[in-house]
Amino acid sequence: MNWQAVGAIYRYEMARFFRTIAQSFLSPVLSTSLYFVVFGTAIGSRINEVEGVSYGAFIVPGLIMLSVMTQATTNASFGIYFPKFIGTVYELLSAPVNFFEIVLGYVGAAATKSLLIGMVILATATLFVDLTVLHPAAMVAFLLLTCLSFALFGFIIGIWARNFEQLQLIPLLVVTPLVFLGGAFYSISMLPPGWQTVTYFNPVVYLISGFRWAFFGTSDVPVALSLLAIAGFLLLCLAVVWAIFRTGYRIKP
Amino acid sequence: MPAIVETRGLTKVYGDGTEALKPLDLDIEEGEILALLGPNGAGKTTLISMLCGLVSPSSGQARVGGHDIITRYRDARALIGLVPQEIALEPFQKVWDAVRFTRGLFGQGRDDAHLEDVLRKLSLWDKRRSKVNELSGGMKRRVLIAKALSHNPRVLFLDEPTAGVDVDLRRDMWNMVADLRRDGVTIILTTHYIEEAEAIADRVGVINHGELLLLEDKQALMTRLGRKTLRIELRRPVEAVPGGLSGYDLELAEDGRSLSYHYDTQGEGTGITALLQDLSREGLALRDIHTRQSSLEEIFVDLVKGEDA
Repeated sequence: MNWQAVGAIYRYEMARFFRTIAQSFLSPVLSTSLYFVVFGTAIGSRINEVEGVSYGAFIVPGLIMLSVMTQATTNASFGIYFPKFIGTVYELLSAPVNFFEIVLGYVGAAATKSLLIGMVILATATLFVDLTVLHPAAMVAFLLLTCLSFALFGFIIGIWARNFEQLQLIPLLVVTPLVFLGGAFYSISMLPPGWQTVTYFNPVVYLISGFRWAFFGTSDVPVALSLLAIAGFLLLCLAVVWAIFRTGYRIKP
Repeated sequence: MPAIVETRGLTKVYGDGTEALKPLDLDIEEGEILALLGPNGAGKTTLISMLCGLVSPSSGQARVGGHDIITRYRDARALIGLVPQEIALEPFQKVWDAVRFTRGLFGQGRDDAHLEDVLRKLSLWDKRRSKVNELSGGMKRRVLIAKALSHNPRVLFLDEPTAGVDVDLRRDMWNMVADLRRDGVTIILTTHYIEEAEAIADRVGVINHGELLLLEDKQALMTRLGRKTLRIELRRPVEAVPGGLSGYDLELAEDGRSLSYHYDTQGEGTGITALLQDLSREGLALRDIHTRQSSLEEIFVDLVKGEDA
């Protein structure tokens, strides 16, 4: 195991994050605050409690998930796409490292960044609403698993993308809609029965539901199912990443 | 002593069917400087890329330091430093961080003294806190070299290292190559510049169309293939080569003032003595004579042309 290399990649990626600190931290904090102002205060004051929780508090887990998923995906995808784009990927390929070490460095850093952003958003949220977390350990576990699996997912996109457009495409056209439609801002039970069935095909529903359960003890789907879903997604991403490095897909002719 | 780099039947056929490298058997001795010459697309970069892990071989084997580049890639790659042809650097990184990054990637712990030494030798020490995108093209190339040397490689690949660089850098680079060679580092460089190979290489290989046409000690090569030309300047111009000299392979210059005689230094006899006697018998007065050995470039052009014909 080449830990020096893992550390070098990880430090490098984290340095990139702190170099663009305004973009990295301020923008998620600002957008979260805006969500609270608009949904929590302006609209939320006209909405009754959802499942026994004030609407402002109800949307906190969904908001964190929205940011964490998009940040993990975009950070990891950009992290590996950029070396491909500027040609520095030659260094990774010629170094005595294996695929696991490369993934650990890039995905580990992207997961850390999105975890930090998730924490910052949570901290910001406490400024707007009263929050108690019923199952803190489960909350951290869900957050970690989500950061990790979506960072892996982003890594795959970064390898696959041939240009910046493709790089933006998946987070914009897939992740954001799935999160919005995955119950980030409402409970699935508020939908008409037909749409409820459709919603169960959206994998993000399980993540948000499980994460919200960790906060308030209520969920749209059983918690075990949520855990299973996130574990399944993680394994799927791992399998794809493994296949990519086995075949040298789009990085090694 | 076993070769530090060996290939056996190494080939590369790209996905589109291009045969970039035909089966190659090559032994590179530890501590030597090998120059690979060849036109664009000859297969030089493909060969280097395979040895360094950027491109997967289609068939055959290769070993670096006795380690198979596929099954023991960690051991093999740890010995290698690569300076790529294109400048590829993270633009916002500082020079110092860039060099440290590579050292870490190659599994080595922090060694600031070594990195300082490398940066000083490449005149980069003053720029260590500059961002890469603030540097000139020549300086960026120095950074690439510093990165390749950051982990004390035993084998250094320089892919077209002096393409488009200024005289200063080229001189520094040649000095650096000489230093590394003293330390026993094996250097494999590809180049278009024949004078570069001529100046610093121990052995020269010529590649064209994915095939190693020749691999020889530079001096031996130049002697073996080096034809010499004797140029005879005449005191008075002549209109044609006198009939008595028709037995010699002589070329008359357009102004009729000089004759060129080509001969082979390795031949049984050069024929010079007889020629000089015959010249005086024909009554030609000589103003001057000089000889010239063909350069590596001429040898190279002859080889590649012969291949293409």
